[in-house]
Amino acid sequence: MGQAKANTEDYLRMYTQMVRIRAFEDNANQLYLSAKMPGLTHMYSGQEAVAVGICEALEDDDRITSTHRGHGHCVAKGAEFKQMFCELLGKAEGYCRGKGGSMHIADQDHGNLGANAIVGGSMGIATGAALTAKLQGTGRVAVCFFGDGATAQGLWYEVMNMAALWKLPVIYACENNGYSEYTKTEEIAAGSITARAEAFGIESFEVDGQDVLAVNDLTQKLVARCRKGEGPFFMNLKTYRYHGHHVGDINRDYYRAKDEEAEWKTLRDPIVNFGKWLEEQRIVTADELVGINDTVRKEAEEAVAYAEKAAYPDASEVDMHVYAGVPHALSA
Amino acid sequence: MTREITLSKAVNEGIAEEMRRDPAVFLMGEDVAEAGTPFKVLSGLVEEFGTERVIDTPISEPGFVGMAVGAAMTGSRPIVDLMFGDFIFLVMDQLCNQAAKTHYMSGGKLTVPMVLRTNLGATRRSAAQHSQSLHALVAHIPGLKVALPSSAYEAKGLLKTAIRDDNPVVIFEDKLMYQDKAQVPEEEYLIPFGEANVVRPGRDITLVATSSMVQVCTKAADALAKEGIEAEVIDPRTIVPLDEATILDSVRKTSRVIVVDEGHQSFGVTAEIAARIAEKAFYYLDAPVARMGAMDVPVPFSPALEDLTVPTPEGVAARARQLCRGEVADAA
Ligand SMILES: Cc1ncc(C[n+]2csc(CCOP(=O)(O)OP(=O)(O)O)c2C)c(N)n1
Ligand SMILES: [Mg+2]
Repeated sequence: MGQAKANTEDYLRMYTQMVRIRAFEDNANQLYLSAKMPGLTHMYSGQEAVAVGICEALEDDDRITSTHRGHGHCVAKGAEFKQMFCELLGKAEGYCRGKGGSMHIADQDHGNLGANAIVGGSMGIATGAALTAKLQGTGRVAVCFFGDGATAQGLWYEVMNMAALWKLPVIYACENNGYSEYTKTEEIAAGSITARAEAFGIESFEVDGQDVLAVNDLTQKLVARCRKGEGPFFMNLKTYRYHGHHVGDINRDYYRAKDEEAEWKTLRDPIVNFGKWLEEQRIVTADELVGINDTVRKEAEEAVAYAEKAAYPDASEVDMHVYAGVPHALSA
Repeated sequence: MTREITLSKAVNEGIAEEMRRDPAVFLMGEDVAEAGTPFKVLSGLVEEFGTERVIDTPISEPGFVGMAVGAAMTGSRPIVDLMFGDFIFLVMDQLCNQAAKTHYMSGGKLTVPMVLRTNLGATRRSAAQHSQSLHALVAHIPGLKVALPSSAYEAKGLLKTAIRDDNPVVIFEDKLMYQDKAQVPEEEYLIPFGEANVVRPGRDITLVATSSMVQVCTKAADALAKEGIEAEVIDPRTIVPLDEATILDSVRKTSRVIVVDEGHQSFGVTAEIAARIAEKAFYYLDAPVARMGAMDVPVPFSPALEDLTVPTPEGVAARARQLCRGEVADAA
């Protein structure tokens, strides 16, 4: 485990937030398997320490941009289960009134500028948020979450160059889970990903993405430095996705060994390991951890039940929000 | 002899046949080799042709499309797989500024014999960045040919023609039709570009339909037939080049027409075809030229909204009835 800097309250919140992400995903997966969820979705399970470690170092007004695998970022940045499940089911009470769904979930109130279904699509957006922060002197920081596969997008190199030139308060957080879709990253990434950021003179860090304290500790320091105008930074976070690329990717032995999955799940689970550490440090008892898990599970199940019963948007909403300032784009 | 196969299998066969025939043909794209694409359309090809000719790329669309252009200019015949039609926005420069213009700008000295295979189509609950039908955008650019297969039979015949064409060709398959079956000949066949198919003859009204809208219009025609209205369904197969003669002949005979296409209605395929009919068959018309496209809104995620945005058999039939009865709501 990384350094112990936080207090008991912070620790428990980090633990709870990781459990909340896992519970959210287990329920989302179940909704898919029982054919209650429209479309497909990408599970964040296994990567919880990344989203939580980073977002716990941010404030509400700091911005993040998220990815197709975005539920974890959304929860970690402060979103509520009910509005999230409503969005996944295309209901009117969802964060995006059912218009975005899993791959576009956004939560403006907590600084989540949105998930993105275009790999690398948010790299410009996050850097632009950092540009606003600098131009307007807000002191805000932007974190750009993206996967290892996304480092193949040329856009990243364009925006890193500008972020470095203009010292923008942005942190590029690469969630390196070893795969992009059905391909191992080492087969599609030449050289070192970290060295690519370094080539722009961007201070870069490799960190264990399964260790929430290590992630949080590093992020706290980088955020503080960003606020002082010392950005940008790059973090290469080694992590693992537990499920397939998406919920329908079930028979995956052809590209990923079952043993490898089992090893990460049994030895490197970010929640189990952090729980053990909390017990060892006598910060909580095993019973208390069970209590947290039970409470969170119950909350998730209640939110699912609520979302299942919630109403779909009215047909009249279909041409709303096409243009800001125009209530209905298609009515004369 | 024919047998019934899926559109997916038809595409796979078409590519395999052409790769066997011509060693200059190769395939590239994301997860095309072992995974055979997320839609499993290309499964088995890497086993036959090896990783030299079935090339997995990083998630670098502008990069590998640009490479396809260069490879095509120098003696290769690349087939590029663009996983979703929506990603065409990432490759527009390579496709429209480079591939489309090279032959012309070089005074006919250079050619770009490449095929970009991608897809279109909504109602898969994939939201705004994975559901668009963007063929009109490339059809707008002189130098690019654009094919829109409407069945397994069409998909194979058009693809083989595309691979043998010395121009850049963009093929949009409907991603909801990959598992749809049709009778496909055992023996080799090609479908020439610029020859529309009269899918169903009729005397009362013409339905010009592209891609999956052929199915929609055939269903509408079935319903209309029960009421004594005989609709003629015409599938242009390629919109560039466009078989104007077959469309105009039909309209001159029926004197009524609806143009149906899944792209956004404004500034798109329906507008172009309708304009040509108005210009060239105006005096034969008994009713204004009607057109139906996707609603001019980004594709919403929620099923309750998404289903409202695309033309349906019921909608087409209702419009046809109005035209045939002389009740034309929109005509000024
Ligand atoms: C521009 C673009 N290309 C391809 C895709 C299809 N796609 C979706 S996720 C993905 C893999 C992304 O891998 P990575 O960035 O490592 O993220 P992970 O899924 O591992 O979280 C691909 C190829 C896409 N959505 N956008
Ligand atoms: Mg990855």
